[in-house]
Amino acid sequence: MGEREIKAASAGPTGDRVRSDLSVSYEPSPEQLSVDVVSKVDYLFGDAIESAVRRVAGAFGVTTGRLTVEDTGALEWVILARAECCLRRAGLEGPPVLPAPAPGADAPRCRERLRRSRLYIPGNQPKLMISGGLYGADGIILDLEDSVPPAEKDAARILVRNALVALDWGVSERMVRVNQSTVGEEDLASIASHNPHTVLLPKVESPSTVGRAAEVLRSFAGENAAFLMPILESPGGIHRAYDIAAADPTVVALTLGLEDLSAELAAPRTVEGGESFLARQTTVYAARAVGVQPIASVFSDIDDEEALSAYVRRERGLGFDGIGCIHPRQIPVVHREMTPSDSEVERAVRVVRAAREAEERGLGAVAVGSKMVDPPVVKQAFRTVELAIAGGVLGADWDAEG
Amino acid sequence: MTTKLERNAAGRMVPVEVNGRAGVPFKGVGKHRPEGTKAAPRVATCVDYPADGDKRVPSLKDAFESIGLADGMVVSTHHHLRNGDAVGNLIFDTAAEMGVSDLMWFPSASFPVHANQIAHLDSGVIHHIEGSMNGPLGAYCSAGKMRGLGVLRSHGGRWQAVQDGEVHIDVAVIAAPTADPFGNANAVHGPAACGLLGFALADSIYAEKVIVVTDNLVPFPCLPWQIQGNNVDVVVEVPSIGDPSKIVSGTTRITQSPDRRRIAELAARFCAEAGIMRDGFSFQAGAGGTTLAFAMYLAELMRADNVTARFARGGSTQHMVEMLDEGLIEYILDGQTFDLDGVRSMRDDPRHQDTSPFTSYNFHGKGNFASMVDVAVLGATEVDLAFNGNVVTHSDGRLLHGIGGWQNCLAARCSMLLVPSFRDRIPVIVDDVTTLCGPGELIDVVVTERGIAINPRRQDLLDAVADTSLPIRPIEDLKAELDRICGVPAKPQRSDQPVAVVKWVDGTIIDTVWRVG
Repeated sequence: MGEREIKAASAGPTGDRVRSDLSVSYEPSPEQLSVDVVSKVDYLFGDAIESAVRRVAGAFGVTTGRLTVEDTGALEWVILARAECCLRRAGLEGPPVLPAPAPGADAPRCRERLRRSRLYIPGNQPKLMISGGLYGADGIILDLEDSVPPAEKDAARILVRNALVALDWGVSERMVRVNQSTVGEEDLASIASHNPHTVLLPKVESPSTVGRAAEVLRSFAGENAAFLMPILESPGGIHRAYDIAAADPTVVALTLGLEDLSAELAAPRTVEGGESFLARQTTVYAARAVGVQPIASVFSDIDDEEALSAYVRRERGLGFDGIGCIHPRQIPVVHREMTPSDSEVERAVRVVRAAREAEERGLGAVAVGSKMVDPPVVKQAFRTVELAIAGGVLGADWDAEG
Repeated sequence: MTTKLERNAAGRMVPVEVNGRAGVPFKGVGKHRPEGTKAAPRVATCVDYPADGDKRVPSLKDAFESIGLADGMVVSTHHHLRNGDAVGNLIFDTAAEMGVSDLMWFPSASFPVHANQIAHLDSGVIHHIEGSMNGPLGAYCSAGKMRGLGVLRSHGGRWQAVQDGEVHIDVAVIAAPTADPFGNANAVHGPAACGLLGFALADSIYAEKVIVVTDNLVPFPCLPWQIQGNNVDVVVEVPSIGDPSKIVSGTTRITQSPDRRRIAELAARFCAEAGIMRDGFSFQAGAGGTTLAFAMYLAELMRADNVTARFARGGSTQHMVEMLDEGLIEYILDGQTFDLDGVRSMRDDPRHQDTSPFTSYNFHGKGNFASMVDVAVLGATEVDLAFNGNVVTHSDGRLLHGIGGWQNCLAARCSMLLVPSFRDRIPVIVDDVTTLCGPGELIDVVVTERGIAINPRRQDLLDAVADTSLPIRPIEDLKAELDRICGVPAKPQRSDQPVAVVKWVDGTIIDTVWRVG
């Protein structure tokens, strides 16, 4: 490998419509490093912006050239990410430059947690990420795949890594959707050590894809490697659903992407979803057979609340545990529709009480009244109670009153 | 220019003299009680006016000549035509043509369309502006380019200043969507229909000379007469008083921003959980995207709880009209109309009443409606740890907005600021507001996307929502979170040259706007 070539480069969006973001440009020169900042918030944060950019330059050992920043009120973790991306594009090398961690950056992951709603946020749009944690979604997915154009994959990867550190995710599970193949492996390497709870793998068609991703994650994070949620988006993937779900113990859920699947099937996606019925059923069966959660595809018409409700009811009826969302407005609708009915809750509470009583008395079998209850029913009853509490129709202290 | 300054009761340095008149520094809420008699124009005599009631003259220039427009006069306008207004610019273009100078412009508000006046300020036709300044005019004033001090008043404060003689209007020019030759005028008919003319009412009563300018002349009588021709000197017909598409919108849009919708929803839930939303209650809401969303969420909760509001105050919109039609609101007391449905309802529905700053806000009235409202939802540019609010300047001190009815609405039983916790890294919750517009003792609740802060003075509200799932947080706690997210901002540089003063509702000076840059 010869002397690496340092070239002019830039990162980040420009234009009148940009808000809460910035662009950083680097121009190599023999002169001592200069940093020029133009910012709409310079009177409050001009010095802070310059010092963040200089911190990245320092980490990369950059002492010459000219850095130019055009800022529209970006937060520090965004400034660090854009500056790092700019220097990498210029051909410079350096370590990741991380922001200060937010509260909850080390929140533990949980295999069995509720995954009723998951909110997709484009991985290259920091403005949309900032409040993501406020909406109470069971999961937030920072997306490196479809919502990021090919030329911005490198930028999004650094932004998402910094968001894993500096963003307050609230109660939501910390999820990232990576790309396929080698781009995806670079994504995994970038985020693996920063406590992603669950990584979504797109268009999985073979168990080896899952195994390979798990291996990469483990190589960085060992025991703390993220869980996996493979996405089935092709007839081939659906065909091997069981093997994919069973490919690695870190798989916690199985989901499917109906847009791509419909395209590959040459069967346009309809509201009724007849064309994808087998795929959806197969996903549920495979996931349940392996003991992971089946999660339904996204619903993309954000203005039609009625249709979303109907969609959630239908998918829940098929056995799915969760729905993909693309707008925070969809989250309460999904949670409402995933909440069990009064009669379901009543029955589940009876079963759970009976199960606890049986355990206390050391009985092997659970009985409600004179009827014996099988273990899968007991398990489902516990889940129904959890859903009822999360949905607000059953108090967290329901047991104390009884 | 050195200006003598004095520290007022809020601890703010304010000029003791404003545009040649002694100013009264703010004394505290409810402390100022001016005495004396109300101001009035000179006595008019009907024999001096045409017996046939036809007061028309061919042009605005003729009107100005007939009433004797002269150097140094105070010329007033209303802002019901908003950014579509063509008359405000026509006035000063005409004055320039006539060679008149040193006029004081006294609008009830100005809009970006009035950037036209910058040339007249530069050339000396306009001496200074007493009224809200935003956009290019705000930047002009902030840069210290205006000869006199800007004076920012609330809608109620403008009426107060006219009524107690602080501002004597020489010429009121009233753009009227419909008028007759006698000068009766309304805003419910005509191509530029904007609903009502309440902001011009004081001007029509107290100005020495009143000119009605219309593009929809009808034969006498023009009904309803929101402005009475008996106060009007001359009537001018022009091809157009403004661009209807910029006066009222076809539809007003509810914000799609998830953060703003969350703020609106939290505010509506607060009203329900705190027991404010009960049968017979009243609320004030404007036409901003967040307050529109507030009304929408409130309507949902009212429907669910089977609650009816006795009245709603504020700018009317399609959404408020729908609530009236549905029976969720019994009456709308409308101060300004924002869309075509609002105009239609104002015209056709007797339950939709036009109001003025006199009925709603006036400090010299024998009471006003503002304090009778159960809850008012408002915006702000900043709010500080003492719950003081700023609505006129950006955090760098630049003039950004007028006060509008904001100060007046703080008199509501519960006043709520619906604000994002930060805008593009600029914290909205700050240690100390850049410009004090509303004292913290009148601001009860701050609703942000990150939680709701209740003023510790309102223990009753704190108690009322104590056992709910609402995210109630001390304001210091919200501020600490912003410091973490945004970083701690530097203190912006400030000059010591006043460019404008902010009046409190009683006419005293509550704060100063300083030159920037």
